Amino acid sequence: MLCQSCNERTATIHLTDISAGVRTESHLCEACAQNQGLAVKSQIPLNELLSTLLAAQSDAPPGQPQEVATDIECPNCGMTFKKFVQKSQLGCPGDYKAFGEPLRGVIAKAQNGRFQHHGKVPATAPGDTRDQIKLMNLRQQLEEAVRNEDYETAAKLRDMMENLQ
Amino acid sequence: MIPADLSNHVSGWFDGTGPGADIVISSRIRLARNLAGYEFLPCLTSRRQGEVLEKLKTALLSLDLGEAVYFVDIDGASALEQDVLVERHLISRQHARGKGPRGVVIAPSESFTAMINEEDHMRIQVFKTGLQLKECWQQINRIDSAIEQKVNYAFDPEYGYLTACPTNVGTGIRVSVMLHLPALKMTGQIDKFFNAARDSDLMVRGLFGEGTEAVGDFFQVSNQVTLGFAEDQIVHDFVNLIVPKITQYEAAARQVLMTQQCDAVDDKVQRAIGVLKNARLISSQEALFLLSHVRLGINLGRVEGISMDAINELFMLTQPAHLQMNAGGTLDADRRDSMRAKMIRSRLCTN
Repeated sequence: MLCQSCNERTATIHLTDISAGVRTESHLCEACAQNQGLAVKSQIPLNELLSTLLAAQSDAPPGQPQEVATDIECPNCGMTFKKFVQKSQLGCPGDYKAFGEPLRGVIAKAQNGRFQHHGKVPATAPGDTRDQIKLMNLRQQLEEAVRNEDYETAAKLRDMMENLQ
Repeated sequence: MIPADLSNHVSGWFDGTGPGADIVISSRIRLARNLAGYEFLPCLTSRRQGEVLEKLKTALLSLDLGEAVYFVDIDGASALEQDVLVERHLISRQHARGKGPRGVVIAPSESFTAMINEEDHMRIQVFKTGLQLKECWQQINRIDSAIEQKVNYAFDPEYGYLTACPTNVGTGIRVSVMLHLPALKMTGQIDKFFNAARDSDLMVRGLFGEGTEAVGDFFQVSNQVTLGFAEDQIVHDFVNLIVPKITQYEAAARQVLMTQQCDAVDDKVQRAIGVLKNARLISSQEALFLLSHVRLGINLGRVEGISMDAINELFMLTQPAHLQMNAGGTLDADRRDSMRAKMIRSRLCTN
């Protein structure tokens, strides 16, 4: 189908407009659609969504540090917190430490208020880290078992926790 | 193996043979991982990006996965080759159009891929047909542990696996199911599904096409929160709570269509077949839209003489890059529409 406006290029944008009960259809190529001020809205990538979130956050939930007064720079990779807020991508694993509290706020927003990892731990991680996280996983499972009144599983989990401690 | 060899057949995850495949097309689990001691992509020099690629490529190619995996250099691939891989969900569009040394390791069955230097240093994925998330998790967990024997992952006791974007931090896991929900769409209930998904912290996007909406009523549902829940918990919730609920809604909507609007469904399905069998020019969007109706018709037992295999194959092979790869080169949109129509006619009319 050709574009209704220029009659040259293939129509790739198909607009159905219903106003006051009257339905009109237009078929346009991308260039003509843009000329007519029709923005082609594409799917929002997760990154962009995060940027929007971050921007919204900086306009201030009361009681929280609003803006990072002085920008923070990571000594390892040179990434700054402000640049991260724009791009929503960090510069190196060290940023998670370097950006401290402000980044914590971002993570809380993105991860529904959660900060502590549960689940898999690399076998190469130091033994105490592994045990720590394993303990937390078991505790979570124990709570779940108790909630479901599955006391047999709960007892097993408790024994496993005692062995680790 | 090169992308051209892939482009003439349907991906294993789309073959419609898995459990519950009339609604759940396929299951996918992805893990995001980064190497300790290397910057994330935004701060990584090209030379170091090359080092990351070599390290991970070597580690991945030495794994015993039960089949011989192969490497595709994405930086050196043509745009058409990249697009074929994107259309088969083996790499992301972001990976295809990225910068610098990057590549993908693929298992010939296409049930496993590892993108190197996408947004994170490595993103491994396992696909299976139908609802098989537990099996996906078992497999990818095993592969991840095997890789971990060979490289050091960036990991923090508090935040878990560290990722370039904090939306993936923690487990780095993205659990997805690809769903065909034509009856929810036809009965006007799809918004209810979107709202319910949003309330449960799930992400919904279209399966086919470059963006915008879900063409052909195919949706991909994924977890949004990656921190604070163990992987098997997330998988468990999908398998036992989320997916059953959605499939229940879709099945109920199909039931309603069959009992109350059978003529309307038959009309949609038969019109779709009529157009597909006769069109001389057809865009990929229109093809997806009509094939979706035929797929529903077959699942409801309202179509004779057309196999689900033929329809699944057409979903895959009529995508723009597949079409061009099989034609041997780049084609403009009009030529593509004509070739697509011809391919559909030849498959449906002999069938």
